[in-house]
This record gives sequence, C-alpha cells and structure tokens, in this order.
Amino acid sequence: MQYSSQAVAKPYFIAAIGLFTGQVLFGLIMGLQYVIGDFLFPAIPFNVARMVHTNLLIVWLLFGFMGAAYYMIPEETETELYSPKLALLMFWVFLVAGAATILGYLLVPYATLAKFTGNDILETMGREFLEQPLLTKIGIVVVALVFLFNLTMTMLKGRKTSISLVLMIGLWGLAVFFLFSFYNPHNLVLDKYFWWWVVHLWVEGVWELILGALLAFVLIKVTGVDREVIEKWLYVIITMTLVTGIIGTGHHYFWIGTPEYWQWWGSVFSALEPIPFFAMTVFAFNMVNRRRREHPNKAATLWALGTGVMSFLGAGVWGFLHTLAPVNYYTHGTQITAAHGHMAFYGAYAMVVLCIISYAMPILRGRAANSEKSQVLEMWAFWLMTVAMVFITLFLTAAGILQVWLQRFSSTPIPFMAAQDQVAIFYWLREGAGVMFLIGLLIYIASFFVSGETRPRSPETPDRRNTLKPGAMPGLLFGGLEMQVINGWVAFPAEALCRGAKCRGDFSRLSSVGHGHAP
Amino acid sequence: MSGTFTKSMARNIFYGGTVFFALLFLALTFDSMQAIPKRDNHANLTPSVIAGKKVWEVNNCIGCHTLMGEGAYFAPELGNVYKRRGPEFIKAWIQSQPTGTPGRRQMPNFHLTEQQLNDLVEFLKYSSEINTANWPPNIEG
Repeated sequence: MQYSSQAVAKPYFIAAIGLFTGQVLFGLIMGLQYVIGDFLFPAIPFNVARMVHTNLLIVWLLFGFMGAAYYMIPEETETELYSPKLALLMFWVFLVAGAATILGYLLVPYATLAKFTGNDILETMGREFLEQPLLTKIGIVVVALVFLFNLTMTMLKGRKTSISLVLMIGLWGLAVFFLFSFYNPHNLVLDKYFWWWVVHLWVEGVWELILGALLAFVLIKVTGVDREVIEKWLYVIITMTLVTGIIGTGHHYFWIGTPEYWQWWGSVFSALEPIPFFAMTVFAFNMVNRRRREHPNKAATLWALGTGVMSFLGAGVWGFLHTLAPVNYYTHGTQITAAHGHMAFYGAYAMVVLCIISYAMPILRGRAANSEKSQVLEMWAFWLMTVAMVFITLFLTAAGILQVWLQRFSSTPIPFMAAQDQVAIFYWLREGAGVMFLIGLLIYIASFFVSGETRPRSPETPDRRNTLKPGAMPGLLFGGLEMQVINGWVAFPAEALCRGAKCRGDFSRLSSVGHGHAP
Repeated sequence: MSGTFTKSMARNIFYGGTVFFALLFLALTFDSMQAIPKRDNHANLTPSVIAGKKVWEVNNCIGCHTLMGEGAYFAPELGNVYKRRGPEFIKAWIQSQPTGTPGRRQMPNFHLTEQQLNDLVEFLKYSSEINTANWPPNIEG
C-alpha cells in the first residue's frame, strides 16, 4: 500500500462482500417462492424479499464503489486522502443506516415503515429500487456528499489523472441523478419518466464511467501497459457509453404513456449500447495481451477479463435481445427482463467490484498477491459464480420465451399464473443454478481465510506463462489457459478494429507473445 | 490505437459527445413534456386517484406486480387489470387474500379500508386509461 489512508477501503470491501452474501441468500428465497409459492409466507412475503434482494445489491455495489474510490484516489492523485477519519465515520453511518433499513423492511409492514419515516411529508417510497424510507434516502445523500467532498478535496491537492477524473464524474453523476428519487409526481407517466433518470442514467450511464475507471485502474496495475494507452481507451469507451446510453433511455419510454417517437430513438440508440461493452472486452483482453509485467495476482486479472466478457454478454447481448421496440412489445416486463438484469448486474458491476477487491485486498493485507492456494480457490469461485450466472440467465430466458409465447404471442393467450405454472421447470433449474452460485460465493469468502505460503514474486519478472506449471497448481492453470485463449482470441477483433491503422507493429508483437517469446 | 489519435483528442470527443447527446436528450424531454398531456389521462387525476397511488406505493405493490410492464415479475400485470377484471372483482380479490392454498404464490392481506380500496381501484382505472401505444398485446397483460 503506497498511502496509509488507502486502508479505509478495507472495511468498505468487507461490508460489500457481507451484503453481497445477504443479497444472494434472499435471491435463493425468492427463487424458491417462484415454485413453492407459500415458502416463508407470511414471515417474508415475496415483495419484502425482493426489496431486500435489490436494495442489498445497490448498497453493496455502492460500498464497493466507495471502497474502490478510497483505494484508488490516493494512488492516482499521489497524495493522502483528505480525511480518512471522515471516510471511516461515513462507513459506519452508511452501514448502520443500511442495516436499519433492511431490518425495517423485514420486521415492520411496509405501510407502517412508510408512516413512521416521514413518507407523508414527502412521498418517495414504494417505487421499484427506490423503496428506501425518506430518512434513508436523505442518509444516502449525506453519505454521498461527504464522500464526494472528501475525494474532491483529495483530488484538488494532488495529481489529476484521467482515471480519477472519470471516476469522479461517474460518482458525482451517481449522486446528482439520485436526487430524482425525491421527485415523485402524482402523474404516473411523469413519475415513470423521471424514475428512469435515476435507474437508467445510473446503470447505463454514470455507473459505466465508474466501471470503466475501476477496470482501467486494475489493468494498469496488473499489465503495466502505458497509462496513456489505457486512458485513451477509457475515453473512447465512455464516449460510446454516453453517446448511446443517454438517448438509449428511450428504450424505457415505449409503453408508459410517452410519445411514440421514443420507439425509434430508444431502439436505435440502445441497439448501439453493446458497442462500448464490446470495446471494453477487447480493451481488457488487448491490454492483458500487451502486458509488460507478470503480476503475481492472476485472480485479479481473471476478474478483469471476466467483467469485460460478462458485461458484454449480460448488458450488451441480453440487452440487445429485447431492446428493439417490436420485440420489446412482447417481452416488456417478462422473465426476459429478469434474465437480462441478472447477468448485466453481475457481469458489469458485481464483477468489477470483485475485481478491484481481488486486486486491492491482498495489498491492504500487506502482500502483493495472495498465495497460490488462495488464488486457486478464488478462481474456482470465479468460475462457479460466473457459470452459475450464465445458467441462471439461460433458464430465465427460456422461461421468458415460453411466457411470452403462452401469455402474449399465442392466438389463445393464457392468464399470467397459468403461464407461470407451465414454465415452473425452468424456475427449478434456475434455483439449482442459484445454489451453485451460493457455493461459488462461499468458496470465494473461504479464499480470504486460506493462507498457504506466499512466494513473493517481483511484478517485473518477465516470466510470461512459463511459470504456470500444469498439475502443480490446477487453479492457476485455469488462469493460464485463459491467457492462452486470449492470445488466439483477441487478435481477430483487435485486428479488425485496427485494420489499415498503424498498429501492425503491435500485432506482430502480439503474436510473438502468443508464442511465448519476449517482445 | 497508436498514431495520430491522441488521448486529448479522445477526451475532447468524450466531453463534446456527452454534452451534445445530453442536450439532445433534454430537448427530447422538453418535447415529451409538451406531448405527454395528450396521452397521460391527467384529466382523470382526481384526489381519489392520487390517494390510490399512495395506497399502491406504501404497500409496495410493485414488489410483486408490474404496472405498465415495470416492477417485479412474480404476479400479474396490473396496468390493465381494471379492464381485465373490473372494480368489484379487484376489491373482493384484495380482501380475500391470502388464499392459503398450499404451494401457491401468496399475496398478503394489507387490511385496506373501504376508502383505500376505492381509491386504489380509481388509481388502477386511471392507469388503464393512459395511452400506452397499445401495450400490453392482449388483455392478459
């Protein structure tokens, strides 16, 4: 750790993982309620479980983003944090407020909670993802402002890099757009219109800036590729993100009482939204390929590559699947949406937070990287969780296609619940994949408690893949295989992107890397 | 990615592109605000509907149901439930919950007063009359 104040990131990361576990447990409860409808009823009705599931997701990602920012900003600005004490204080405020809110959901009927937390003064509750009581919403704003103040002050006194600038724009955007959660007009159309200014402009807007900054930071660290190159990529990617994503909000304005021209604007621009995600995948693989050092933390590299691929699949491909208005007319508000939501959130945001945790946590614990034994476990966790999420998504997609057919597309449409009964098998399969996800998560947590011998290796050692001995460390072989796949795989898209440009030199180098020669 | 395309060019395109498309989005939003009153059924936004929206919100109905396709996907779409079931059925249904049928999805009883039930029904009626470009595809939602 270069700056002692970076240490404040640690409790944020620990809290993030803890809340993530809670999110997954409630996900499993809901998954079971899909097929055993009265499971845990009336103790935990579905709506309560869902609120806990989605709110925990938001809160643990926010903890992850904050921890990441507290870790990254001192290193990027080359100065200590403005106030580590304030950062720790805000950690406890946020954790207590978050825990109290979740307990409120679980222990008190929602209407009672609304009554006693000031919802009558300003009605903001009862809207998807923004269910938090007024007091919690105000708390979120206070925590966010203090957090941003702390980081902005740090940045003002230090070096201003593009990565830290992009991160700060993303975080300020996050705070600003959250303010729309306080605007809840009686007119349902306007309510929905501006509700998306929080939800869409977060996840398909400013959060992607945070995602890009986190990914770029980790890639600089693990690959040693020149900052200028990485930051240029970052700008190109986030340009495409916002150019497509802002008007892309229109894909939510098809059927909620808004003008019908949004069907064109929304379809065209959101159809382009996969491009930045594809660029991100190419970016991650390309940088790892052009790496100038062999960082001992293979797990972090794996997460970095994984988030590129999975965000492209989840947000890009599964988003595109139902974003065109004529398709969305049938799929809107079905399990297709749920399928997309799961893989997109996991691939883009859960994985990037796990990536920065994977990179930063060993350093916060006083070592460059975890032991091979611990990394092997972490990579197993990576594959279990990621493959499980792929299956969750596939099963929900199957359920969604059937649901659309039975309930909406068929010449004799059947009622909602009748259709749900027909697709129950896919909900069972999804629950199975969910259990697999939980096992992956438990292994992930276990990897933090596995010590094994740490062989200090210099990050500068130009050992390439040759140190990865098959058999001796099966998990790292996974990592090693990954690297080999990359060498063959990325050449195509990267070459296509560069065709005719002056990057031919890079590619000859690339292929020589692929054959194990030093460049 | 090498050659003449520099980082500062990329940065300028980022700022320029973002500002341009943000302004375009604001312009479209401004235009939408002019057009929405023709479709949003605001003429029927009575005090009862407003009270009904609050009943909808403070009981977290969106936690299971969708309204115009937005919400949770655990229980039926309610944007058009007024047309599908009619006011009396809706009230009777809410009052008779939970069904207690073993293994079936359960809806809690929210202990709504007659007034709250009427307001909620008014809200659902208002919602069903918003021009949603002919969505959902059929009455089943």
